[in-house]
Amino acid sequence: MAEELKVIDEYSAKLFENAENDPDNLLVVKNLVKYFPIKSSFFRKTIGNVKAVDGISFKIKRGTTMGLVGESGCGKSTIGRTILRLQPKTDGEVFFNGVDIFKLSKEELRAIRPTIQIIFQDPYSSLSPRLPVGEIIAEAVREHGIVPKEEIDDYVTRIMHACGLQEYHKDRYPHEFSGGQRQRICIARALALNPDFILCDEPVSALDVSIQAQIINLLRDLQKQFGLTYLFISHDLSVVEHISDTVGVMYLGNMVEFADTEKIFSKPLHPYTEALFSAIPVPDPDYKMNRVILEGSIPSPANPPSGCKFHTRCSKCMEVCKHFQPDFTEVEPEHFCACHLYNSAERNAMLAKMMSEQNDAAQKK
Amino acid sequence: MLKFTIKRLLISVVILFFVMFIVYALMYSLPTSYMEKTARELSQKPGSLKSAQEWLAELNAQYGMDKGLIGGFLVWLKSAAVGNFGDSWQWTDSVTNVFHDCIWYSFALGLICFILEVVIAIPLGVLAAKKQYSITDYAVTVFALIGISMPTFFVATVYKLVLAVKLQDWFGLSKPVFDISGMQGRDYVNLSEVGKFFDVAKHFVLPALTLVTVSIGSLMRYTRTNMLEVLNADYIRTARAKGLSEKKVINYHAFRNTLIPIVTILGGSLPGLFSGALITETLFSIRGIGYRSFHSMVAGDIPFTMFYLSFIAILTLLGNLIADILYAVVDPRVRLN
Repeated sequence: MAEELKVIDEYSAKLFENAENDPDNLLVVKNLVKYFPIKSSFFRKTIGNVKAVDGISFKIKRGTTMGLVGESGCGKSTIGRTILRLQPKTDGEVFFNGVDIFKLSKEELRAIRPTIQIIFQDPYSSLSPRLPVGEIIAEAVREHGIVPKEEIDDYVTRIMHACGLQEYHKDRYPHEFSGGQRQRICIARALALNPDFILCDEPVSALDVSIQAQIINLLRDLQKQFGLTYLFISHDLSVVEHISDTVGVMYLGNMVEFADTEKIFSKPLHPYTEALFSAIPVPDPDYKMNRVILEGSIPSPANPPSGCKFHTRCSKCMEVCKHFQPDFTEVEPEHFCACHLYNSAERNAMLAKMMSEQNDAAQKK
Repeated sequence: MLKFTIKRLLISVVILFFVMFIVYALMYSLPTSYMEKTARELSQKPGSLKSAQEWLAELNAQYGMDKGLIGGFLVWLKSAAVGNFGDSWQWTDSVTNVFHDCIWYSFALGLICFILEVVIAIPLGVLAAKKQYSITDYAVTVFALIGISMPTFFVATVYKLVLAVKLQDWFGLSKPVFDISGMQGRDYVNLSEVGKFFDVAKHFVLPALTLVTVSIGSLMRYTRTNMLEVLNADYIRTARAKGLSEKKVINYHAFRNTLIPIVTILGGSLPGLFSGALITETLFSIRGIGYRSFHSMVAGDIPFTMFYLSFIAILTLLGNLIADILYAVVDPRVRLN
């Protein structure tokens, strides 16, 4: 078969056209791409790309939580870091409050940094080991002049109380705390900057289950109290179902489905989402689980399969999936999915025509 | 803290005892015996009435070498404990005098190099790490590796050729800018006090340059590696996400955490200030401790070698102790008990 034809000209970004101008949408991501170049060892020529994020679009409404789920290595955390511009993007746009983050100058970016905060997965490595907790929280508050100088101390105490920390914890160092407390410190640190948006990059994955519940509830309480917006990256589907208003499902650098939590959990459209959700454990030994077992393992993002990236493991794989990347389309209102199963009749006809043309061309050769 | 220090000091004394015993045993068993050499010389002098054997027995008795390994060591230890280190056999002066005469040249040279090394290598390492895989990084690394790879005698010779010989030709100067070797210029005696100081200082430029060139690379690479490790940590990402300026992220968050391993290395290199640089000192004819100690060891001069090596051993032990205490100062996680 001849080489793959890409039909991505009308790809995802169109769906969210002008979404950044709607003041309801705090964060709009359009067709975000992040490749990590693979360099040859000696001349440092780029010999390939790890396609960590390969064209992702979504939006988050003010005051809501979006869950982002997917297997390990599918690019969830890369999205997080790229949205915050902690690393450069390859392509695409990220609008925060209607402003393209990648168009800001260094100083402008620094000025809006406090409004976009991040909580990392590992509370052990995300706190500087040589600063006392009070200083960790207060440092950026002072730097950005969030509150007047003389009030900083009180302010930090208040924030710490809100996150379930005591005032005497201020002079202690991070290593003196348990994992749950450390995550509270991370949350307090982020919260102290008075952000609009907090990116939670698997904030509970490193914690044990009882602490997970505490932290999740803390995050929800704070959301109500301060009107925060979250992007909640996780691979724990029950947690995501509990906390999110909308959910995005990722596979190998692509968003395969994006919808309201209720919709996506009650009626997943994409075969991958179906398989993923069928793996949610049910705490009832008599319950007969109807699992969709995926064959094989996730392919390498440096050399992804042609066509639909999921076709190598999909139970509903069709011929067309092997050659054409499916569009990310609005299958139902506010329910987006990238799968050929939901193509319109015209689109199927067009793809079939392109495929036969390609076949002919290959035969002529 | 006090308890820790005392405990460590007591352990150090025990270690020191055994180190000294091992050194003594090694010196005692050297094939080049100062006694044998002297006995042979004396027996061959005109008018010598005794044979080499008789001279050897007499010398051994005179120098306290007839008591065997353990006995000899205890004799040395007894007098050393009260601060009497005896006379050097090789340099025919009291050990402390010989040491005092040469140590300060080596110390000055070592200190200058140490300061230069720290001042140059650490910022370069930080810079290289900050711009990893950039032209700057490669340039710094290449020069550092050239420095590490070249033998001291080669570097010294190149510097001598360029700075002491060729520079004069190129610029048509009447006098060489630097002397090829030695510690004093030709007209040293006629200079004023200040002039004398600058004359000696000028003669230290080439040796210092040589030493810095060969030693800078390892510290720079070490700093770079540690800095990179820290720069990739999540808390640096946190600091950036906080919206701190890049300068603050590097200097306050990253560099302070890099300091911990660097302090260990630097603490360990303190005794190096007193141990001298044998090759460099020899090449530039500087009568420092490196030169003296080497010749003492070759000649089997037990008193001087014992004094010198115990001094270095004490410094090493103290250096480690200081590094451990400094650890606690720079790293709040370390509790000394």
